[in-house]
Amino acid sequence: MTATATAAPAAMRPSASLWRDAWRRMVANRPAVVSLAFVVALVAAALLANFLAPYPFDQQDLDQTDLGPSAAHWFGTDQLGRDMLSRLLYGSRISLAVALVDVLIVLLIGVPLGLVAGYLGGRIDTVVMRTVDILLAFPNLLLVIVVITYLRAVLDLPQSGALALVGELDKATGGLLGVFIALGLVSWLTVARLVRGQVLSLKETQFVEAARMVGASSARIMGRHLLPNTLAPIIVAATFGIPGAIATEAGLSFLGLGVRPPFPSWGILIAEGVRSMRAFPHELIVPAAALAVTLICFNFLGDGLRDALDPRLKVD
Amino acid sequence: MTTYILRRVLLMIPTLLVVFTLTFLIVHATPGGPWDESEKPLPEAVKANLSRQYHLDDPLYKQYVDYLVNALQGDFGPSYRFVERSVSDIVGATFPVSAQLGVLAMLFALVVGIPMGALAAVKRNTWIDFVASLITVTGIASPPFVRISLLIVIFSLALPWLPSGGWEGIWDSRVILPTIALGMGPAALLARYTRSSLLETLAQDYMRTARAKGLSERVAVTRHAMKNALIPVVTVAGVTLANVITGAFFIERIYGVPGIGRMFVDSVTGRDYPLLLGIVLLFALLISVTNLLVDISYALIDPRIRYR
Repeated sequence: MTATATAAPAAMRPSASLWRDAWRRMVANRPAVVSLAFVVALVAAALLANFLAPYPFDQQDLDQTDLGPSAAHWFGTDQLGRDMLSRLLYGSRISLAVALVDVLIVLLIGVPLGLVAGYLGGRIDTVVMRTVDILLAFPNLLLVIVVITYLRAVLDLPQSGALALVGELDKATGGLLGVFIALGLVSWLTVARLVRGQVLSLKETQFVEAARMVGASSARIMGRHLLPNTLAPIIVAATFGIPGAIATEAGLSFLGLGVRPPFPSWGILIAEGVRSMRAFPHELIVPAAALAVTLICFNFLGDGLRDALDPRLKVD
Repeated sequence: MTTYILRRVLLMIPTLLVVFTLTFLIVHATPGGPWDESEKPLPEAVKANLSRQYHLDDPLYKQYVDYLVNALQGDFGPSYRFVERSVSDIVGATFPVSAQLGVLAMLFALVVGIPMGALAAVKRNTWIDFVASLITVTGIASPPFVRISLLIVIFSLALPWLPSGGWEGIWDSRVILPTIALGMGPAALLARYTRSSLLETLAQDYMRTARAKGLSERVAVTRHAMKNALIPVVTVAGVTLANVITGAFFIERIYGVPGIGRMFVDSVTGRDYPLLLGIVLLFALLISVTNLLVDISYALIDPRIRYR
């Protein structure tokens, strides 16, 4: 009994210092710290959009169209006289909702499938990994476009039952649900493969053997022993997945397949900006720069996390 | 080696068949067509006629087999929207444009990406490395529609140097902006891979030997390190192609290039499902063949790789 009591703190110490070490390395990485600050600010801006935005995102003022930046409209107005800053702020909610859902898909689909495929092996492994291989063989965006084309055509028709509910939800969210479903198909693939690879080597280790010896169930081994040991690469992969998901949503909305107007997805703002860029370039530059900076920051953050959490992966 | 190649070619067939079947089923299950977009709903009789003309009344397995047999002979059926033209016609007219643009973009990526990555590795942790990594992250992170539209704003609107759209073949100045916008993503990928691969190579024992026997740093890097460092970079070719294909969806549309990327987007928004299916299958074939070539060339140039 005393053995377990003393063993517990001893087991805690290296795990706590792993995270402290990682934090120290992260703070020393200037691009990552700046990016983290930007992401925190972006999250705050999205949460507080209804307090920060000077106007409602869909308020038109047809006497004040296509204005350049001014004191009343910091980023100017668009072709319907809507305030660009307000549209940008509300649009960040869409991008961050996509980021959140992408992470949820990774955690709820990718990680469990990877754990189960890697640990149990056999037929489950074959089925999961063949599916991953086939879906990964093609560009994400191509797959997403084909699926969302199908979804949009089906949901446009009068439906009954569960599909009708999905259609209503999709309309209520301005088309976001369709984007989430399409993302759900592709977001989990890389993480499932990554976790499986980790588990394949971890399950041969002595601590897993010891856990199995004392009679731990498969579920317990996966949840208590394998999952914590794969957490670092999962966090890194999830962070790198976020900019991809945000860019996919913006791209779909840009093409008119994602979020529907008047909801101010940054992809829609950019599409509208492209239409008027010859006369009023600010309408393009503002949302394009916002999207680019956000994606770059998430990438730097991912780089920073990778170097901090798994120094072995760092080349120099 | 011959067995290896033969086996890889044969293994490609089931993969392609699965992709073909899945795409066929999804696209087939997608209801409607361009006629749903019109203001007035079509009379039922007209819809029935349309269904008959496009064989939508046949049982699914028959449509599937017919399509597969015809596709193997290069016939991908009629388009919904361009009544007089077949899918093969449209692909034949638009694909060469995209192929030219794509090859130029790849060349741009090679010429810019590899030297930039090599320079960043040699000058590691200096401001050169920092600037290169900033450019690299920007190239990887910025979506193609942001790249092309900002390039247009800068280089044809703010500075009236280049045309803001159109296509007149590869010997016209109109080719410059879409090439750069399309090539930036792959260039960034190549730079990143070259940098990390070269860093690894520079730490090898034979590099110490090369320096110890008195080779200048420049000769040691270009003659000894680069050759080995570039071998793993070959594997990025598949990702690069995917990058160029999806980038073309946006860049061709915004810049007004009459290529297959724009045609693909038009087929999606215009509900031209036979055209959509044909183009997706073409992309699938392209990517599979590229991945196959990558694996084979990898086995050929790196004697350490054993093929079974």
